[in-house]
Amino acid sequence: MPEAPQSQPVPFRGGGFNPRPRALFGLAVMVALISIWEIGCRTGIIHPLVLPAPSEAATAFMELLDSGLLWTHLGASLSRLVIGWTAGTILGIAVGFAIGLFSLARAGFVPLVAAIFPIPKIALLPLFIIWFGIGEGSKVATILFGTFFPTVVATYGGVDNVDRGLIRMGQSFGLSWVSIVRKIILPGALPAILPGFRISAAIAIVLLVAAEMIGAEFGVGAYILMAGSLMAMDQLIAGVAILSTIGLTVSWIIGRAEKALLRWRV
Amino acid sequence: MQLTLDGISHRYGGMPVLSDISLDIPAGEIVCIVGPSGCGKSTLLRLIGGLERPDEGAILEHGAPPADSLNPLTYIFQDFALLPWRSVAGNVSLVLEDHGLGKARTEAIIDDVLARTKLTDFKNALPRQLSGGMKQRVAIARALAVRPAVLLMDEPLSALDSQTRELLMDDLVGLWSKTPFTAVYVTHNLNEAVRLGHKIVVLSRRPGCIRELVSIDMPLAERAERVTELASKQEQLWSLIRDEAAAADMELIDA
Repeated sequence: MPEAPQSQPVPFRGGGFNPRPRALFGLAVMVALISIWEIGCRTGIIHPLVLPAPSEAATAFMELLDSGLLWTHLGASLSRLVIGWTAGTILGIAVGFAIGLFSLARAGFVPLVAAIFPIPKIALLPLFIIWFGIGEGSKVATILFGTFFPTVVATYGGVDNVDRGLIRMGQSFGLSWVSIVRKIILPGALPAILPGFRISAAIAIVLLVAAEMIGAEFGVGAYILMAGSLMAMDQLIAGVAILSTIGLTVSWIIGRAEKALLRWRV
Repeated sequence: MQLTLDGISHRYGGMPVLSDISLDIPAGEIVCIVGPSGCGKSTLLRLIGGLERPDEGAILEHGAPPADSLNPLTYIFQDFALLPWRSVAGNVSLVLEDHGLGKARTEAIIDDVLARTKLTDFKNALPRQLSGGMKQRVAIARALAVRPAVLLMDEPLSALDSQTRELLMDDLVGLWSKTPFTAVYVTHNLNEAVRLGHKIVVLSRRPGCIRELVSIDMPLAERAERVTELASKQEQLWSLIRDEAAAADMELIDA
């Protein structure tokens, strides 16, 4: 046997491709970005007209809080968001299930959804104002329509992906149609429906601001619009931060719901 | 209750998969169906259980099923078909819930079938926590819970490794020996067929028709010890389907 060259461990080539949660790092990135921004403003590198310092935005936020108007704005926005999103989601899930379960509903709705989904709902806002009035109706309707379509698509995709073997099992044990839908198809489609909530919630927040820019006295969107027209950049940033916080909170709630409802997955 | 298959023929999109199958499934016996892949074994089982309609012929039930049977024709599937979001007990409970038995009786049935399949300790486990063999035992427990008149087993052990398969075969023999049940057992594994079958139906390749009917008289409980005697039966079956299995292997699935 020829003399072996010196022995060495086999080179390691595995690992990676496995992102793990690093919650603190995310926070650190945010803190670092805001610090750089603040320092840039204080040292004069960033002109205050271009971008106000985070501390100024914070002051504007505190003024809003002290005046008590924060809760008025937030209350108006959240109620529109909750009503519009909930109604859009319930209708979306219902239509999504109909498409997933009935051939006629599929033939009727799928082309309709494909035709209307890509229309920016903001473009329809004037139409909604005529249909539903300048008040709450048109704002809720805008959010409802925006939420409805992504929910339909996510739901019928989820229903289509339910394991046919499980449905056949249900039939072979003589389960009723209602039982099969409620106990097999609904939980089976949930892993597709819940991520759809993330998308529809983000769309709802975008549309909320758009809707509040017309004929709204109160609401975070109205506050931002007012700040913009007064060139009060500190208030504008404060308003945008409120929207981000709403987005983060909603995403957190959906994350918790996913954990609780999809515990059975790995 | 016993079943008779009377001249069953079936096509998929014009292609014949089964042709003129007539067969008796006597009460209290296990009938194994073997044949090369794609010969329509699983299709035949779906027809027997009423999940599909045959193009020609009929499947007849003789006599009423026992009064306490909740689902006379009950399947056990190759891929277990357990709901991943329900616990072991929940999966068994699923098939009882529509019958309005009341909480106490449902609980009693669940406890009984889990004890018979040695799953009592895993009552609250989720399917993803179970091994393949345990999952199939849950599926067997679920099938027993509805007190079937005929069990329809579609390659129930094919997704398991050979050691687990041996253990589950012993379990099935044990269950049958305690209370003989009627079963149609589809498999491509000839060893399973000779260990579990009172009658073995050999199907030809597509379109499947009955080539041979082999009976084995040896009691099920003795078969594990008398494998050498069974080996000749297994050899006989293999010689029957060998050439067809080789030819079937070279076919396109949907040609």
